[in-house]
Amino acid sequence: MAAKVVTVTSGKGGVGKTTATANLAAALAADGDKVVCVDTDIGLRNLDVVLGLENRIVYDLVDVIEGRCRLRQAMIRDKRLPELHLIPAAQTRDKSAVSPSDMVRLCDELRSECDWILIDSPAGIERGFRNAVAPADVVIVITNPEVSAVRDADRIIGLVEAEEKGPARLVINRLRPEMVKRGDMLGIDDILELLAVDLIGVIPEDENVVTSTNRGMPISLDGKTKAGQAFRNIARRLKGEEVPFLNLEEQGGFLGRLARMIRPGGD
Amino acid sequence: MSGFLERVFGRDRKSANQAKERLKLVLIHDRTDMSPGTLSSLKDELIQVISRYVEIDPEAVRIEMEQEGREQRLVADIPLRPAVRRRAR
Repeated sequence: MAAKVVTVTSGKGGVGKTTATANLAAALAADGDKVVCVDTDIGLRNLDVVLGLENRIVYDLVDVIEGRCRLRQAMIRDKRLPELHLIPAAQTRDKSAVSPSDMVRLCDELRSECDWILIDSPAGIERGFRNAVAPADVVIVITNPEVSAVRDADRIIGLVEAEEKGPARLVINRLRPEMVKRGDMLGIDDILELLAVDLIGVIPEDENVVTSTNRGMPISLDGKTKAGQAFRNIARRLKGEEVPFLNLEEQGGFLGRLARMIRPGGD
Repeated sequence: MSGFLERVFGRDRKSANQAKERLKLVLIHDRTDMSPGTLSSLKDELIQVISRYVEIDPEAVRIEMEQEGREQRLVADIPLRPAVRRRAR
């Protein structure tokens, strides 16, 4: 095995990095791939609760890096999805406890043991972001249709290019097709025109995301929900499959057009 | 908010269009680190320099940022005054 390292980042906080990381990881693991998630949001960890693994933490990322435990010991295995593993962030330290080269070394050690390493980045453009992006083969930038998130996504896309980790792949989260139709929300084509970047997925606004997070059960495991389906589609695109974009009703026309424009995932 | 703006700008100004137009400008300045003020002084100086060599109409000069993919370019459109008129003066 030679894992691909995928970093999920956004610039702005609260747009869905952790939710996306958890759901992509769960979708890939449900498909039988071995996945290790790494939470690099040191001091503000959350991937553990979103995945429902918060009660099983013994060691964390900083313990591994500072040599207090072996890598394997810090990997929490999800009992529901045997292929899913989490290396949680430390909660009582800060981002300076880890360096970009630490992350590269850690991922190099993991690469031979799994198919995917999914890195959940902290918000911001400082050390934590550089830690998260340093080992990446693919960078997913997530935004929602709000001006502040789109603006920050543009900054991040520029920084990803500057770190020679581009081109970034964009996920548009929490899209509300009925608002787009009314002209009260930026649509997919607007955002793509502004950011000039490749789209890898669109997640519709879905209340089920909240309930599934409440339960610590990734929504991508729920067969029926639209958001879950959208996350599974992104996972398939990451694997190099060409998956048409979900028909979010009103937007069928240009989504179809987009689907044809989009290259298959992977490289 | 959108209701308020609709009243101010008229029904056809959808908030999404405003968001897009505002973002276009903001992103240009974020990407180039060039404020509208800097762009304006660049324009003034450029006009001065060019005027030393050839007669132009400062009012007709257009200096703008254009986006091409993720690249920004500074595009200048500087119409020259016709030579005939120059001789007449």
